[in-house]
Amino acid sequence: MLTDNKLRDVSLQKASKKVLDEDRDYNEEQEEEQRQQRYKVSIKDLDAWFGTKQALKSIHLDIKPNTSTAIIGPSGCGKTTLIRCLNRMHEMTHGATAKGHVIIDDIDIYDRGIDPVIIKRRIGMVFQKPNPFPTMSIYDNVAAGLKLNGVRDKKLINDVVRESLEDAGLWNEVKDELDKPGMGLSGGQQQRLCIARGLAMQPEVLLMDEPTSALDPLATSKIEELVHRLKNELTIITVTHNMQQAARISDYTAFMYLGELVEYGPTKQIFENPRKELTERYISGKFG
Amino acid sequence: MHRNELNSNNNSSNHDNKQKIRNMILRQSYKRRLIDKIVSGFAVLCVLVAIIPLGSILLEVIKNGGPAISIQLLILPPGAIGSAIGGIAPAIQGTLIVVGLASLIAVPIGVLAGIYLSEFASSNWLLPSAVRLFNDVLTGLPSVVIGIVGYLTIVLALGSFSVFAGAFSLSIIMMPIVVRITEETLKIVPNSLREAGYSLGISKFKVTFSIVMKSAKSGVLTGIVLAISRIAGETAPLIMTILGTSLFFTSLTKPIDALPLRIWRLASQPYESAHSQGWGAALILMIIVVLLSAILKFLAQRKGFNVKTSHI
Repeated sequence: MLTDNKLRDVSLQKASKKVLDEDRDYNEEQEEEQRQQRYKVSIKDLDAWFGTKQALKSIHLDIKPNTSTAIIGPSGCGKTTLIRCLNRMHEMTHGATAKGHVIIDDIDIYDRGIDPVIIKRRIGMVFQKPNPFPTMSIYDNVAAGLKLNGVRDKKLINDVVRESLEDAGLWNEVKDELDKPGMGLSGGQQQRLCIARGLAMQPEVLLMDEPTSALDPLATSKIEELVHRLKNELTIITVTHNMQQAARISDYTAFMYLGELVEYGPTKQIFENPRKELTERYISGKFG
Repeated sequence: MHRNELNSNNNSSNHDNKQKIRNMILRQSYKRRLIDKIVSGFAVLCVLVAIIPLGSILLEVIKNGGPAISIQLLILPPGAIGSAIGGIAPAIQGTLIVVGLASLIAVPIGVLAGIYLSEFASSNWLLPSAVRLFNDVLTGLPSVVIGIVGYLTIVLALGSFSVFAGAFSLSIIMMPIVVRITEETLKIVPNSLREAGYSLGISKFKVTFSIVMKSAKSGVLTGIVLAISRIAGETAPLIMTILGTSLFFTSLTKPIDALPLRIWRLASQPYESAHSQGWGAALILMIIVVLLSAILKFLAQRKGFNVKTSHI
């Protein structure tokens, strides 16, 4: 994307400076580099709680760059909590806590020196219900992330808005009504607007929490197409309770049950040849 | 498992039960329709009962006050007692100044306190619940008590009845209303909006002011309008703080007149012309309140879009 570097300069200065400042052995550095090439997101020993109730139990998960990963599992298994831990959104809920390591691009986002506000700028998030800002126009919804984070360059914002809407497959539908309220769009369009809003921040990782559960089949298939297209530039992690959808959109699938990661592997293998009995039973619809 | 248990019941009794339930439900639905009608009829009745006194007061004020309104009423200071010549201009000016000043004090403090209670206060801390409690007590405090406080703290300290003492007292009446309504309005802004903001890496401060407050703007303005309407008609605290005079505004530390005070004075005079001027003053006070709320509503709607309730 053309505006990548410029933007990241603005939004990520603090986060990346921290990493540059750190002293490290040469060896360790090389090792890290190799690991980073292999994995975009590394979750290590992640626990999460709501008050005293443990929602995630020691999750380990490595996700390769430019792949689409689906997280499936019955309601209440912790799949939403897991992706909310990946941008430190989980702890914004009152009483919720998390402990462990999530390493994204060489940065442990649970490191003490990391600002949980700034870390969210490089990780996009799409929610279950479309939630465009109701007081803003379509244009401002997409530009909100940049404007409210201090980007003033009008031309740059214009370019980014257009590019993000194009990437989200919404440009042709809204290019003549950018001034209209975002809430006036249909549910599916609103969800793509929310995706565009996230893409405007030029994230490298996109988290989607049941992005199509409030949408009709046509709107759903548009979002699924989008996942296939965006995968070329992003690492996408999607929570879904729809197993057909998981099979359609993902390269890798993680199956969770009662806060634990039961099985993780290539989607084809999980669906055709699961290693664990629990996975097999869930996928064949025997419980859940 | 449940299904198995149900299936184990024999089919004929199952069928009987179904029929029984259907009959019961149908019977109830006739009853419900009747109750529905009675309840909605009663609701309409209540609306009428509520509107009749309001409507008749309004009509009475317009009927008596309408003919009394004239240019001289609007631009002249009060004349000699009993004389038909004279107006209520200092009272109009005084009300605008005192209410305006009170709003300048109470609105920023009230709105910020409401934002604190809704957005920033941690619920397991004592301070917010204490603030809420005191705020509710303050809402219920008789305005005359607040007038006495204004008298004791400012009038006695400055040695004179003053505009400032009046504005202070009115702002104390106004503040808890603004705090409460701001907090309640912010609470109904869906959390998904805040999360959308946070997910873009926007700081809490900016999420609160640029996203949450914008969505809640019209609700907060409604609260401010309510509070202003409430204090515009206050009389008791003003007697003890601004005293009332027939002169125009000179200084913030001098007494001034206000419409409710002037109405009260005019009404207590034994002259027909004074009563008529009083009705006129009452009508003007009402017009001021209506205009003010219309202007604020207009301002609320002019910029940006309103929160769609369907989203909440």
